[in-house]
Amino acid sequence: MQAEVEETLKRIQSHKGVMGTMVVNAEGIPIRTTLDNSTTVQYAGLLHQLTMKAKSTVRDIDPQNDLTFLRIRSKKHEIMVAPDKEYLLIVIQNPCE
Amino acid sequence: VFPASSKMPHKQPPRKQSINTGRGARKRDEDSGTEVGEGADEWAQSKATVRPPDQLELTDAELKEEFTRILTANNPHAPQNIVRYSFKEGTYKFIGVVNQLAVHFSQVGNLIPKDSDEGRRQHYRDELAAVSYQGSQESTKVVISETEILEEEEEPKESEAEAETEAGSQIDMPAAEAAEKVTEEELMTPKQPKERKLTNQFNFSERASQTLNNPLRDRECQMEPPPRTNFSATANQWEIYDAYVEELEKQEKTKEKEKTKTPVAKKMGKMAMKKMTSMESQSDDITKVTQAAKIVERMVNQNTYDDVAQDFKYYEDAADEYRDQEGTLLPLWKFQNDKAKRLAVTALCWNPKYNDLFAVGHGSYDFMKQSRGMLLLYSMKNPSFPEYIFSSESGIMCLDMHVDHPYLVVVGHYDGNVAIYNLKKPHSQPSFRSSPKSGKHTDPVWQVRWQKDDMDNNLNFFSVSSDGRIVSWTLLKSELVHTDVIKLKVEGGTKDGLDGLQLHTVGCGTAFDFHKEIDYMFLVGTEEGKIYKCSKSYSSKFLDTYDAHNMAVDAVSWNPYHTKVFMSCSSDWTVKIWDHTIKTPMFIYDLNSAVGDVAWAPYSSTVFAAVTTNGKTHVFDLSINKYEAICNQPVVAKKKNKITHVQFNPIHPIIIVGDDRGHVTCLKLSPNLRKMPKEKKGQEVQKGPAVEIAKLDKLLNLVREVKTKT
Repeated sequence: MQAEVEETLKRIQSHKGVMGTMVVNAEGIPIRTTLDNSTTVQYAGLLHQLTMKAKSTVRDIDPQNDLTFLRIRSKKHEIMVAPDKEYLLIVIQNPCE
Repeated sequence: VFPASSKMPHKQPPRKQSINTGRGARKRDEDSGTEVGEGADEWAQSKATVRPPDQLELTDAELKEEFTRILTANNPHAPQNIVRYSFKEGTYKFIGVVNQLAVHFSQVGNLIPKDSDEGRRQHYRDELAAVSYQGSQESTKVVISETEILEEEEEPKESEAEAETEAGSQIDMPAAEAAEKVTEEELMTPKQPKERKLTNQFNFSERASQTLNNPLRDRECQMEPPPRTNFSATANQWEIYDAYVEELEKQEKTKEKEKTKTPVAKKMGKMAMKKMTSMESQSDDITKVTQAAKIVERMVNQNTYDDVAQDFKYYEDAADEYRDQEGTLLPLWKFQNDKAKRLAVTALCWNPKYNDLFAVGHGSYDFMKQSRGMLLLYSMKNPSFPEYIFSSESGIMCLDMHVDHPYLVVVGHYDGNVAIYNLKKPHSQPSFRSSPKSGKHTDPVWQVRWQKDDMDNNLNFFSVSSDGRIVSWTLLKSELVHTDVIKLKVEGGTKDGLDGLQLHTVGCGTAFDFHKEIDYMFLVGTEEGKIYKCSKSYSSKFLDTYDAHNMAVDAVSWNPYHTKVFMSCSSDWTVKIWDHTIKTPMFIYDLNSAVGDVAWAPYSSTVFAAVTTNGKTHVFDLSINKYEAICNQPVVAKKKNKITHVQFNPIHPIIIVGDDRGHVTCLKLSPNLRKMPKEKKGQEVQKGPAVEIAKLDKLLNLVREVKTKT
């Protein structure tokens, strides 16, 4: 199980256009990252809050619903956040290379 | 010379000497005064005494005679012999007791005792006036003290003596009386606020007594404060919902436990499950990100192949309007995997449940180069990596997915084995496998097909192989049991062998297909180019034989709508469409190259696709053009790439095409290829199988007419 996940993360990281990946736990503390420390901490903190807010929004509207993922498309790149029960997986990709 | 006692009422000759001796207990202050007087007299007059002339002359003895004088309280003026007439006895009688009272002074005054009614009334009136209550108090007190003193004086000697003795011995009494009177005073004046107590020495003495006070002691008890923790939580609508859902699940679990009597095996299973979960929690946390990682990978891929995804969903080739009736195939994704690079795609199958999942079987058609095989399952959502990977020792030649259990995949190997893979189980080994003991084929298995569950709800499937056997396999508990259904025989192929034995040449089955509605009927294509219509129940005889092709039949396929029509293709470059009641084909198409595979479209009864070894894909629509393909397109890049299989997606307008390099390409059908019958004005558009059947029937009738004519 573990090897598969590791492989998947590796594949994501080596995919075309992906700038960085990180795994953040429920409190916003990054567990694993491919970017430098300061950037990671910044992303982790901000995106964690945003994800919580988004999740809360979705669930407030309909408690049976839940957030699957969050995508933020900016001029330079796209930030993708996949929330899990305990973790948050963040990938930053530049799609049009 | 003063007379010694002026108080003596009797006129008596004054006696100079021994005046004191005759007296009794007399508390007179004049005693001392008298002595002083006498002394003064003696000193003043040093003359000899002058005798008056009428003085009695007494003898010394008479002079020394003592005369006792008794002082009594009796009134000297009081009569001593009062008599009164007693009417009872009729005589005068002496009164024993004579009033000795002598009033010296009497004055009618206006003082009234305080305790009397009038006194109280007056007092009350004074209170109401409340001019100077203090003054009234004082006056009343004075009144009382005066009355007391007067009373004391007027009282007989005894009571006076008593009072005095009492006063001497017990100091409390008068004070108590005084205090009582004072308190009574105070009681009588309840409305007046407490005034300053007049404490004089006559009627007030402060009496205080101190009781023994118990010493006070403080008792304290201090405990340790209870441990405190800070707790904070949010209560949103969804948190409440989550709590309710959890509660519901718990309740359901308890209900289940109560209802079902769990056998030991189940318990073991649960224990194992629990262990699994606890293990998982203990193991490295990264495994929990699997789901999220999967989603993210798909998202990343979607970004990379964004245009492809958009095309897949929304692109409709507008140029089709101008192309008359031809259509095109738009290439979408390309699926390939390093591990399967040199293996040809030998089988393709869409998953019946999940429309984006398809299975690719890898193996090799080359007799000389036989190596391992692979089974890969891709999802269209993630074109870069397969969802499931299974590898096997022998090349996979065919596969099929169960309709009811979409996680069961049956494969046929080049070495003649069949195996069932369970996608739910993570390990890459097949769940069930045939072996030489259990009756595997002796030649490559060319086609496998799931059947409906038999009466015992056991899974079963059919396989056809070049060894001439069509075998039905049943999955009994954990074993594969095989049953030979039919042995293909070549008619007229019996030879006389040694010792008079008759050798039957066995036909080699290469393809089969089961009828959609008539369960027992199926078609088998052979290497000799013949197609046999067989029944599951008859094992020796064929229902029908068709001389289909000159070379091996590569594929046979029943029409999904029309129950009578089927199609076959062969390496002899032809595709033929048949009506199973007629021995000759309805339509024949020559494609200039060996046809690898042919497939009907699921949305129309007249559309089908064929792929050839020159890398081209042909799509036909009989309702539009009976003689030519409406699409003829090279799909793979290199010309040497042979396309081996083609499959239509049951829902989306796409097809997957596999080649012998191990690549699978996904293509989208342009609108022209997907034409539905045109609505005539005023008529409703009819959709459904009936329409399709009717459509095909019309065509067939045309053909039949032509045939009958010729």
